[in-house]
Amino acid sequence: MTELPTIKPFFADKQDLVDEILGRYPDYGQRSAVMPLLWEVQRAERHINEARIAEIATILDMHPTEVKGVMSFYSTYHEQPVGKYHLQVCATLSCSLAGSDEMYDYLVDELGIVGGETDKAGRFSLQKVECLGSCGTAPVLQVNDTYFECVTRSRCRHLLDAMRADTLPEPWRERGGDNVGCRKSQTRQIPRCRRR
Amino acid sequence: MSDAVADKPQAITSRHDARYKVTLYEHVGIDNAWTLDYYLGHEGYQAAKQALTTMQPEDVVNEVKKSGLRGRGGAGFPTGVKWSFMPKPDGRQRFILCNADESEPGSFKDRYILEDDPHQLIEGLMIAGYAMHATIGIVYIRGEYHLGYERLVQAVKDAREAGYLGKDVFGSGFDFDIIVHRGAGAYICGEETALMNSFEGLRGNPRMKPPFPAQAGVYGRPTTINNVTSITSAVHIIKHGAEWFASMGTEDSKGTKLYQVSGCVNRPGVYEMPMGATFGELIYDFAGGPSEDAKAFIPGGSSTPLMPFTDEFLSAPMSYDGIAKKGSMLGTGGVIVIPKEKCIVNFMWNCIRFYAHESCGKCTPCREGVATWMPKMFQKLVVGRGEAGDLELIENMSSNIKGTGFCVHADAAMWPIDASIKYFRDEYEYLIEHGVPKYPRTSWWKD
Repeated sequence: MTELPTIKPFFADKQDLVDEILGRYPDYGQRSAVMPLLWEVQRAERHINEARIAEIATILDMHPTEVKGVMSFYSTYHEQPVGKYHLQVCATLSCSLAGSDEMYDYLVDELGIVGGETDKAGRFSLQKVECLGSCGTAPVLQVNDTYFECVTRSRCRHLLDAMRADTLPEPWRERGGDNVGCRKSQTRQIPRCRRR
Repeated sequence: MSDAVADKPQAITSRHDARYKVTLYEHVGIDNAWTLDYYLGHEGYQAAKQALTTMQPEDVVNEVKKSGLRGRGGAGFPTGVKWSFMPKPDGRQRFILCNADESEPGSFKDRYILEDDPHQLIEGLMIAGYAMHATIGIVYIRGEYHLGYERLVQAVKDAREAGYLGKDVFGSGFDFDIIVHRGAGAYICGEETALMNSFEGLRGNPRMKPPFPAQAGVYGRPTTINNVTSITSAVHIIKHGAEWFASMGTEDSKGTKLYQVSGCVNRPGVYEMPMGATFGELIYDFAGGPSEDAKAFIPGGSSTPLMPFTDEFLSAPMSYDGIAKKGSMLGTGGVIVIPKEKCIVNFMWNCIRFYAHESCGKCTPCREGVATWMPKMFQKLVVGRGEAGDLELIENMSSNIKGTGFCVHADAAMWPIDASIKYFRDEYEYLIEHGVPKYPRTSWWKD
């Protein structure tokens, strides 16, 4: 086995957090905590390396390979660090009908990286992902944990400029459907246009 | 209000019916509707209180059975019957597991409930848990729904502090608490047995059935798995009565359902409608009609066979049976309208690429067929290198892949392909013959 460089254990000073996560699950199901623990590492370090996997395995009394097996099954845990802004373009049906393929091409041109890559400065990562559950407000661009919906060409440009200036704007929330016209007032406007 | 409805013999099958009332989506889209204060100010937790303090668990199950509620996640299994499959209490821990791993392309109804009305889900879980003597509710929420996760976690915390979760809820002697578990991006985890594996900290591969989850589910203990909207529907069934719920819809599909419209329509989004309303009503009256010429639509999420955009299919009622008669399925109710100028082969390539990416790799026909050969065949067609016999090969592969997997992932990937060849064979043939698609438009992004 290759010697791993010694780095400070991630959970060493986070016993409260570990206890809280383990405490969510029953005694006989402590193994369930593997995904939340992986999430914590992924969020803090933007990737999960072998040392962290070994650490989680020790906490849960699992073999590191088992933890790695779980980790590699899911698409949102990364082995390589993602950039400060992880741009995830939904490429599935409804978003594709709304032009997400062009949005992806636009981002490739602008950022000089393709899907799965991170730029040299570690600022941007780009990834094509599958359906994000925002089909009614397509196309959607997920930046780290936040959804930006109805991303038109001009909005995409605006968003990119904002991120380059390190000012991620508040996401605009557009829902359409039953929520049209009822965001501010509590009276519901049911659209009733008759079939022409 | 349930009495007023019960007097009328005619079932409600249109949202234009004056008696129809929005229930599941009443609070979605309103600022701060996700807070406990707001929810309590709008009859929050009254249905749970009523169930826990005035009804026996068996009565709750019977009420849901009587309402005719069927699973809203896609398969459409009667919810009350599913609840009654739980074995008699034998001292083992029992679970009610809520499947909030919504990832079917075209579906986005649960996301708004999780983000804007999480207390409704908590209340539904309490009712379902009480009905099945399950003292732990689990919500498995997909990893990408970050806002929904945070709000749900906060809502659970608020509810716990206010005494709606915990020991002896409403003085009924019933203990109930909720675990919120976050997925990490895998479509297959929406399959109930894969979801249980994923929750237990294993890889999200589907499990063998039997044993069914009611016998041996999460950690080998009795478990019932329901979709978010099946569970929230139970709140309104208790609140307004099973008769009210059954007064809506068709013979085999009762109640109200959330339909989602996306693709080329003027007002995409989620619309709550009584079951049995037609596609025409949804697409024209509520979604504002197609924004450009449409040629086809997917009736219920990408796994359901698509249908041509003609009056014959648009007039079909959106009920389990009504759509089955037209050769498709209700699925999750996620309608995607496909514009005329979109090359159907390209569209299906996108679809099969999704299934290829999400195949878990457990079964050979799915791993090799769905995840490898089929996308390669479509890629070959899309780049214009198709040749005579390719279409027949795709059909042949499709019929050999179906029914051979552990779960229905492979079948679900093949159904839409079959339907697209059935209705749009000319586009496939044109592409194979000419090397360029019949509809070559590639620009779809709005400025």
